[in-house]
Amino acid sequence: MITILETSALNTVQDLGRPGYRNLGVGTSGAMDTLALQVGNILLGNQMDDACIELQTYPFVLRFDTPATFAVTGIDALIELDGRTVLPWMVETAAAGQVLRIGPPKAGARGYICLAGGIEVPVVLGSRSTQLRGSFGGLDGRPLEAGDTLGTTGTALDVAGYGALPPAAVLDTMAGDKDAKVINLRAMPATDYALFTPEAQKRLWETPWRITPQSNRVGYRLSGAPLELRHRVELRSYGVIAGIVQVPPAGEPIVQLADANTVGGYPRIATVIEADLWRLAQARIGMRIRLHECSFAEGVAAMQPVNAYLDDLRTLVARYRSSTRCRAGMKSGAKA
Amino acid sequence: MNTDIKNDVARDTAAAPAISMIGTRAMLFEAPGDFTMTHQRRVWALMDAAQARPDVLELIPGVTNLMLIFSAPPERPQAVAEWLCHAWNTLPERHIEGHLFEIGVRYGGALGEDLEAVCAHSGLSAQEVISIHHGSEYTVCAIGSAPGFGYLHGLDPRIATPRKTVPSLNMQAGTVIIGGMQAGISALTGPNGWNSIGFTDLRVFDPAKQPPALFAVGDRIRFYPESIEL
Repeated sequence: MITILETSALNTVQDLGRPGYRNLGVGTSGAMDTLALQVGNILLGNQMDDACIELQTYPFVLRFDTPATFAVTGIDALIELDGRTVLPWMVETAAAGQVLRIGPPKAGARGYICLAGGIEVPVVLGSRSTQLRGSFGGLDGRPLEAGDTLGTTGTALDVAGYGALPPAAVLDTMAGDKDAKVINLRAMPATDYALFTPEAQKRLWETPWRITPQSNRVGYRLSGAPLELRHRVELRSYGVIAGIVQVPPAGEPIVQLADANTVGGYPRIATVIEADLWRLAQARIGMRIRLHECSFAEGVAAMQPVNAYLDDLRTLVARYRSSTRCRAGMKSGAKA
Repeated sequence: MNTDIKNDVARDTAAAPAISMIGTRAMLFEAPGDFTMTHQRRVWALMDAAQARPDVLELIPGVTNLMLIFSAPPERPQAVAEWLCHAWNTLPERHIEGHLFEIGVRYGGALGEDLEAVCAHSGLSAQEVISIHHGSEYTVCAIGSAPGFGYLHGLDPRIATPRKTVPSLNMQAGTVIIGGMQAGISALTGPNGWNSIGFTDLRVFDPAKQPPALFAVGDRIRFYPESIEL
C-alpha cells in the first residue's frame, strides 16, 4: 500500500485506457504517454494493462507503507527515495516507510509512477483509468489528494537495479530537430484538409505552433496565425480520436488527446500519427510543435521502431531477470 | 462508384459517400447529402455489419456518419472502403424498434433559463415553445460527446435555436436542451453551449449499471410537462 503525502492538481490513476465504450459517449482516457507506461510495466514484469499514477503537476510525494518495487518513467526529474537520488526509467525497491519524492521535470511533462503489481483500484467498464469528466474509474473518479491510499497486489521483486533507455534517446528524431524547444510530429491530412485555403494548408506545416496554457488531457490548444476555410461549413457530429487536429471558427487548431470527447463537430485538418502521440504527451505548455505531413504508409511504418523498442526491452528484461536469479541460485547452492 | 479514399470530397454535392482515414487506425464513413432519417437508418445498418468485422475494435456512430476504429492499421484501407460502399449500397435501412421513454420536464425556471432566448429567436411565446417541444417524438440518432448523451432528432424547426456564443459554465446534468436542430438532455454537469429550457431528474449514464447508458440509438423519447415556471 502507498499513501499520497503531497500532490497538486490533476494527478490521476491511469492505465492503457478504456476502449469499447465510445459508442456510449465514453472516451478512452488512459495514460497520455502510453509508451512510458508500457516501459514501466515491462520493466516490472507487470501485465500490460496494469495501472500507474500519472503525474502532471509537481512535486509529488508518496510513502510506501509496504515494501514495493517501482519505476518512474516518462520524465527526467530529481527523484529521491528517503533523500537518496534514484534515476528515472530504473527499477528500484523501497522498504516499508520510505518516502518517494518527485520534483518538477528537467525534461518531459508527464511522469508515470509504476509499481510491481500495478495500482489496485476497481475496474470500471473494463479499465482502471480515471474518467475525470464522467467522475468514475481510478480512485473514485477524481484526481489524487494528499492522504489518499492506494493498494497494489504486487510485492517487492527479488531483482532491481536495471532500467530502460528512455524512448527519446532511442527512437529516431526527425529531420529538422535542431531546436530542442520545437517538437516535431508527423501528421496525416484528414477529412476536411481540402476545405482549407492553400495558404492555410501551407501554414499548417510551416507554423511553429505554440502550445497554449489552455492545454490539458482533453487536448492541446495551439496558437499561431489562424487557418482559414475556403468557405464556412456546418459539419454533423462525427467520431473523435486522440491525435485529431480540429480547427474551431477562430482558426487556431486543437489537438484532441486522451480525455477528448467521443464526437465533435469542428473541421478536421489533420491527425497526428499514433507513433508520435507520446512526444505530444511530453510536450510542455509554451513549447512549439511543428507538424510534418506524412502518408498512411509512413504512419503505419512509424510504429515499427516503437514496437521494436518495446520488444527489445521485453527480451532484455526477461534475460536480465532470469540471469540474475540464476546467479543468486548458484550462490546459495555453493553455500550449501 | 468512386471509393477512393480521398480527404478532399466536397460533402454536400457528392452523391457517393465520403470515406477518409483519421490517422492510421480510424476510418470515417460519411453519407452523402442532407440529413435524413433514411440515411441515419442506413448508417445503423452499416454499423451492424461493421460490428461483425474482426478487424474492428470500436464503432462510433455519428449523425449520418460512422467511424470505424481498427485494432491495427488495415493492410489495405482501400479494401475496407470498398466493403463499406458495397454495404452502404446494398443493405436495407435498419429500423430499430427501440424503447419509448416518456420523460417529465420541469420547464423554465432557473434550470431552463434560456427559454427566453428560444422565444426571442423563434418569435413564439414560452407556452408555445413548451408545447411545441413536448408535442414531438424524438429519436436517439447517436450517443456521444459525454457519457450517455443522446443526440435527439425530431425537433420542430420552429423552435430550433443556434448554440450560444458564450456557453453556460456549470449547466446541471439533466438539463433539457436545444442546440440548433437537435435536442438533448445534458449528461454531465459542466460547460454547455446548448440552450436550456427545462430540467429532468433522469440520469442518462450510470457506470455501475449494465448497460451504463440509459439510451441506445433508435430509442424514442416523448417529453411531457411536469411543471412550468415562467
